Amino acid sequence: MNYLNKRFLELKPLFDKGGKFERWYPLYEATDSFLFSTTKSTTTAPHIRDAIDLKRIMITVIIALIPCTFMALWNTGYQANLVLAELGNLPDGWRGGVMGLVGIDPHSLLSNLVHGALYFLPIYLVTVVVGSIWEALFNLIRGHEFSEAFLVTSLLLPLTLPPTIPLWQVAVGVSFGVIFAKEVFGGVGKNFMNPALASRAFIYFAYPAQMTGDQIWTAVDGLSSATPLASLAQASPTDPLAALDITWLQAFLGTIPGSLGETSTLACLLGAALLLVTGIGSWRVMLSMLIGAVVTALLFGLVPDPSNPLYAVPVHWHLVLGGFAFGLVFMATDPVSAAQTHTGQWYYGLLIGFLSILIRVANPAYIEGVMLAILMGNVFAPLIDHIVLRANVNRRMLRHG
Amino acid sequence: MAETRKELLLRSIFRRNPIALLVLGICSALAVTGQMSTAFVMSICVILVTAFSNLTISIVRFQIPNTVRIGIQIMVIATLVIIVDQVLKAFFFELSKQLSIFVGLIITNCIIMGRAEGFAMSNPPIASFIDGIGNGLGYGFILMSVAFVRELFGSGSLFGFEILKLTTNGGWYVANGMLVLPASGFFLIALIIWILRSVDPAQQEKS
Repeated sequence: MNYLNKRFLELKPLFDKGGKFERWYPLYEATDSFLFSTTKSTTTAPHIRDAIDLKRIMITVIIALIPCTFMALWNTGYQANLVLAELGNLPDGWRGGVMGLVGIDPHSLLSNLVHGALYFLPIYLVTVVVGSIWEALFNLIRGHEFSEAFLVTSLLLPLTLPPTIPLWQVAVGVSFGVIFAKEVFGGVGKNFMNPALASRAFIYFAYPAQMTGDQIWTAVDGLSSATPLASLAQASPTDPLAALDITWLQAFLGTIPGSLGETSTLACLLGAALLLVTGIGSWRVMLSMLIGAVVTALLFGLVPDPSNPLYAVPVHWHLVLGGFAFGLVFMATDPVSAAQTHTGQWYYGLLIGFLSILIRVANPAYIEGVMLAILMGNVFAPLIDHIVLRANVNRRMLRHG
Repeated sequence: MAETRKELLLRSIFRRNPIALLVLGICSALAVTGQMSTAFVMSICVILVTAFSNLTISIVRFQIPNTVRIGIQIMVIATLVIIVDQVLKAFFFELSKQLSIFVGLIITNCIIMGRAEGFAMSNPPIASFIDGIGNGLGYGFILMSVAFVRELFGSGSLFGFEILKLTTNGGWYVANGMLVLPASGFFLIALIIWILRSVDPAQQEKS
């Protein structure tokens, strides 16, 4: 390590201003700060000692995502293994070759994890590689430094996708998200929308056949298995829960078909705990989004609609189904695209919670309303902040004449 | 006269494009660009209306009382639009059905009003006519570019002829549903503006 550090310091003048490879400074800086701690220090007062920087924040979010990622691996494999074990055959293609070595067994941790990894890792790799290429291109042209923010985006996006999504669609989606939601507005910290969600929304609208429906949620070819929300939308309006073949506990633990990493509310809660303890995720956003959703769901429960079964779905089910928990913990709290003022964060969370349930219940065509609700919240966040700030200015003007 | 006639005709295509630089006429640019054929017909209509409204208004520009000039401009434009609409209905009924209300809405297209007020009211008829054609061409250029991308990648065809064979017809190309939605026009127009302003930095706004 010492040797490497020396070599890096030797190379530095080449990349500094006036150096031979000045253009490539962002790339040098990225590798350097990835491997070593910074050599920069402030020279004049005031000195603020704080352990938190952008790098630390992003790494904490990634640690918070570990439970969800683990569930993504395990549950994807588990769902596929359950079906395959019943059918008694191996999956087609190269995955069959690997699984032949491990064996198909829904009760084996290893078999489930390996099978899930065969679906998760290709999607993840495509996201990282394609996204980094765009990021690098823009950073080099503009001379920006690289940041760890994309590591988070690139982990969030695969977790929200169905396991059967074609890889080229992931590549197109992440390109759109990185360029249009982030880079055109100036890169890291300037995006007014969550890039991972923008990517997902693009894939959702561009290729609905691969993002919705009953055929995509279990990683076995041609198998039809509706997500719980889709089953509910088809259920009888008087007793919608009867249409579900899962228990609430299953939905809470996440052992149900769905997007890769969104099914488990428990895993999201573990992540939420870490984000809250470290103070990285805003508790105001999480709490107010929860309140917004609960109140909206209760209101819908008061006025049952005989033609729409989703009106009668109880609150505690709403909270564990679909991407609600994942969106609440990891997407809505994104520090860049959320509201910045404390009062604003309350309104921002309430708005998203309300919209999530409203879109989910009142428009069964978009049962996965959380994604759209958060994007909508992102759009309104600057406006909410502006109003909060103006209100404060006006109040102080009145007070002091 | 400041510009030669050639300049008048060509400046509105790249250098001073009514959509890309002045950001006018966006509404119809989103609505009718799902297919090349509708975009093409719409472009022709707008070229004709802009050119002749500029010509007419320029001819009578000394007779128009200043206080009611907007109303008179609207009258001229509305008359021309109704003529275009009736011709389409009479001879190209299918196309006029696809364009539906958007031909009628050419009346409210800001490009035409803008050219009438901004150019025709203070310039001689021939120059105004050429300026009208030029602005129509600029509008058409953006429309056709956006429609090209949207139809090719959204439906796999150009002018209705199949170019990329869709998976739904047993081919290999998976249509991009996003491009079928009018909102995608926003992204494409934004990209065109980005390219135009990178090539010609004079178009960039001063910050």
